[in-house]
Amino acid sequence: MAEEKKKKKAKIPRQPMPEQDPHERAKNFSEVTYGFTAELSLNEAVRCIQCKKPLCIDGCPVSINIPEFIKKVAEGDILGAAKVIKESNFLPAICGRVCPQEDQCEMVCVVGVKDKPVAIGRLERYVADYEALHGKFEMPKMAPKTGKKVAIIGSGPAGLACAGDLIKTGHDVTIFEALHKAGGVLVYGIPEFRLPKAIVERELDYLKKIGVEFRLNHVIGKIRTVDELMKSDGYHAVFLANGAGLPQFMNIAGENLNGVYSANEFLTRNNLMKAYQFPEYDTPIKRFKNVAVIGGGNTAMDAVRTALRLGADNAYIIYRRSRDEMPARKEEIEHAEHEGVKFIMLTAPLRVIGNEKGWVTGLECIKMELGEPDESGRRRPIPVKGSEFIINLDAVIAAIGTNSNPLVAQTTPGLELNKWGYIVVDNEKTCRTSKKGVFAGGDIVTGAATVILAMGAGRSAAKSIDEYLSL
Amino acid sequence: MNEITDKKVWWSDAPAIKEFVVRAPWIVEKHKAGQFVILRVSENGERIPLTVSDKDLKKGTINILFQEMGATTIKLGKLNKGDNILDLTGPLGKPTHIEKFGTVVCVGGGIGVAPVHPIAQALKEAGNRVISILGARTKGILIYEDLMRKCSDEVRITTDDGSYGRHGFVTDELKGMIESGMKIDLVVAIGPPIMMKMVCKVTEPYKIPTYASLNTIMLDGSGMCGACRVTVGGKTKFVCVDGPEFDGHQVDFDEMMARLRQYMDEEKIAKEICQKNTM
Ligand SMILES: Cc1cc2nc3c(=O)[nH]c(=O)nc-3n(C[C@H](O)[C@H](O)[C@H](O)COP(=O)(O)OP(=O)(O)OC[C@H]3O[C@@H](n4cnc5c(N)ncnc54)[C@H](O)[C@@H]3O)c2cc1C
Ligand SMILES: Cc1cc2nc3c(=O)[nH]c(=O)nc-3n(C[C@H](O)[C@H](O)[C@H](O)COP(=O)(O)OP(=O)(O)OC[C@H]3O[C@@H](n4cnc5c(N)ncnc54)[C@H](O)[C@@H]3O)c2cc1C
Ligand code: SF4
Ligand code: SF4
Ligand code: FES
Repeated sequence: MAEEKKKKKAKIPRQPMPEQDPHERAKNFSEVTYGFTAELSLNEAVRCIQCKKPLCIDGCPVSINIPEFIKKVAEGDILGAAKVIKESNFLPAICGRVCPQEDQCEMVCVVGVKDKPVAIGRLERYVADYEALHGKFEMPKMAPKTGKKVAIIGSGPAGLACAGDLIKTGHDVTIFEALHKAGGVLVYGIPEFRLPKAIVERELDYLKKIGVEFRLNHVIGKIRTVDELMKSDGYHAVFLANGAGLPQFMNIAGENLNGVYSANEFLTRNNLMKAYQFPEYDTPIKRFKNVAVIGGGNTAMDAVRTALRLGADNAYIIYRRSRDEMPARKEEIEHAEHEGVKFIMLTAPLRVIGNEKGWVTGLECIKMELGEPDESGRRRPIPVKGSEFIINLDAVIAAIGTNSNPLVAQTTPGLELNKWGYIVVDNEKTCRTSKKGVFAGGDIVTGAATVILAMGAGRSAAKSIDEYLSL
Repeated sequence: MNEITDKKVWWSDAPAIKEFVVRAPWIVEKHKAGQFVILRVSENGERIPLTVSDKDLKKGTINILFQEMGATTIKLGKLNKGDNILDLTGPLGKPTHIEKFGTVVCVGGGIGVAPVHPIAQALKEAGNRVISILGARTKGILIYEDLMRKCSDEVRITTDDGSYGRHGFVTDELKGMIESGMKIDLVVAIGPPIMMKMVCKVTEPYKIPTYASLNTIMLDGSGMCGACRVTVGGKTKFVCVDGPEFDGHQVDFDEMMARLRQYMDEEKIAKEICQKNTM
């Protein structure tokens, strides 16, 4: 009987994700994927064989009890499943959508050895979306007020998660955010078609309901320094979660021509400022016809797919290594390809070419070949002599990574930084910096990483800050 | 938050020139000469930078002065005493480097006089001899004359049409001063980019250090996007965090002016819609 059941289970294939038709969606900003239906989620949930030693849990950076929540889904207890997830993950509707599952939980799922792995991320998203729709707001258990105040700098996933945990321990929590909207990369970077802003809004609402205070339009380092927050404003601890928001350019000729953007600018105009709805929204963006995005990460995919949606005839990804080395989520690369993005692999930009009015007309590139592996283990790209060529373009978007923004660090004496300007912490669990009462986590410690890691860091910091304040 | 406690209309013909006094105690407390704010007027609005042109520490207010050039400044101009500015961020940018230089000439062109004002004040307080040159198209749109007289040892005025002061440009006056043999230790120039470029052209042969305060397109104002970038001395700088003031002799003004024209077509559309909605 048990044998038979197992066989049956193995026959169910990984359930496909319903999604908008690629040709349609390439013209709109609505979410690409629709999410599982109840039936699909059930079919998928029973594919999990409920391992005794579930490797998937080790694959998840925040150790969600994956088999437990999937079991509840299989039993139809979706709200119960949500409870299990929320024990470890503060932002499941977001992580279910944007986690690089193929490198994490799903990479090690045993079902994946012979078949495709259980779609853990899709199930997580299903559960979180279901809960948002059907769950009731419940005030979490709040410890009595301690009279201690904590300032959180930055409202990305690290700051939000830290606030959510800390407020429950009885401390007063204020988030200081530089922009006029909270959410960090989740609102200014990741586009609507991949992460609807209403989902982020929901998380922010929840935090407000449970008492977290938001101070928007506050650039720390300018309006207030960390020292002032602690010495004059009475904050007993500070959590630095200001991300890695400094854009890198390519350092090639022609970079300040009109039509050259950092991915940060291009995405911020569209996501935070809603320039794709110009002139309904006041912030403008050009509707370029031929656009190249330099880079191979999630940011590059987001930028190129945004350019396509703004009406580009040709939207290219130019990447100096080969497709296998692209760091973007696999699903995004596939989605981009289906939508018509053209990939120019093993190619690096040399200079941006412009006209007399200062606008981009093209990009000179050079072909690369892969040599010996470098420190990162990836094969090093080497330029091929004499292989230069020119692509005609009217926009070039640099998505080659970000650095730490020095505003906070420069104005916080006694804060130890590493050689790249990221904040040094004693270890990732305590999040303690070299400055007493000051903690840090997320991209500002690790360099540009992932939502789930930033979220995890925020929660570790909350625990550590609570311990510090209870001393 | 950000309540407008006073409004003054300096010039009511289009493009109108208006000034607000805004309650912003936290910003006032930290603000230094040369710094600016970024504001947003409505939920679908864009973020624009404006310089803090005056302040009152006791009352906790800052002044902003603007000309109704496009959609956002027109919308802003519709607000009245008692209204709130939706979003206000600041102070942003690096403060002006202030020390005792000796004789300093502060050149303000058009509404550029307003941002020059706090700098002239600070330079005066630091013990400099401050000579201000204020330029306007015509007498009626000359702003801040009284305030500038208060913080200057001497004020010289030029108008393009000769309706007040010297008939000509601020550069004519500056050139005259230099050629008359006056020893000038520093020039600060704020105004339309073409004016700043010309001022720098005048001072360069004499090697007179010249600060120009650049008014590039901005988005976040905290170094996150690079929209505001300019080339200074062959290097790319972000005006919002590295500036807004730079050594004017090193600035690539032509590139900056080309970059300011990026959204000309869109700005026109937005302005037309904005004007239609008011009629
Ligand atoms: C375009 C793009 C796509 C991505 N896609 C994915 C993906 O698919 N999956 C994934 O897992 N990860 C993705 N990432 C990475 C992920 O978004 C980040 O790792 C994560 O957001 C980092 O969180 P954080 O809280 O450390 O910082 P952030 O999200 O960067 O938030 C930092 C916040 O601090 C604010 N701030 C900065 N300086 C100050 C200051 N001086 N004062 C006050 N506030 C300040 C910022 O405005 C911002 O709101 C993507 C990143 C980008 C840019
Ligand atoms: C640091 C800084 C400080 C500033 N301080 C002030 C200030 O105190 N008062 C003030 O009125 N403005 C100031 N500006 C300029 C102001 O931000 C812009 O004029 C504003 O963005 C106009 O927005 P808009 O939507 O009304 O007009 P837009 O639609 O953006 O512009 C309308 C027209 O004006 C032209 N224009 C726009 N900006 C400029 C500019 N900076 N210089 C010359 N022409 C321009 C455009 O080319 C267009 O033709 C400052 C800019 C910076 C970067
Ligand atoms: S949070 Fe990310 S890694 Fe963890 S289970 Fe969910 S999708 Fe997998
Ligand atoms: S490894 Fe895969 S099959 Fe095993 S418990 Fe985890 S999700 Fe289920
Ligand atoms: S305005 Fe974005 S970096 Fe200066």
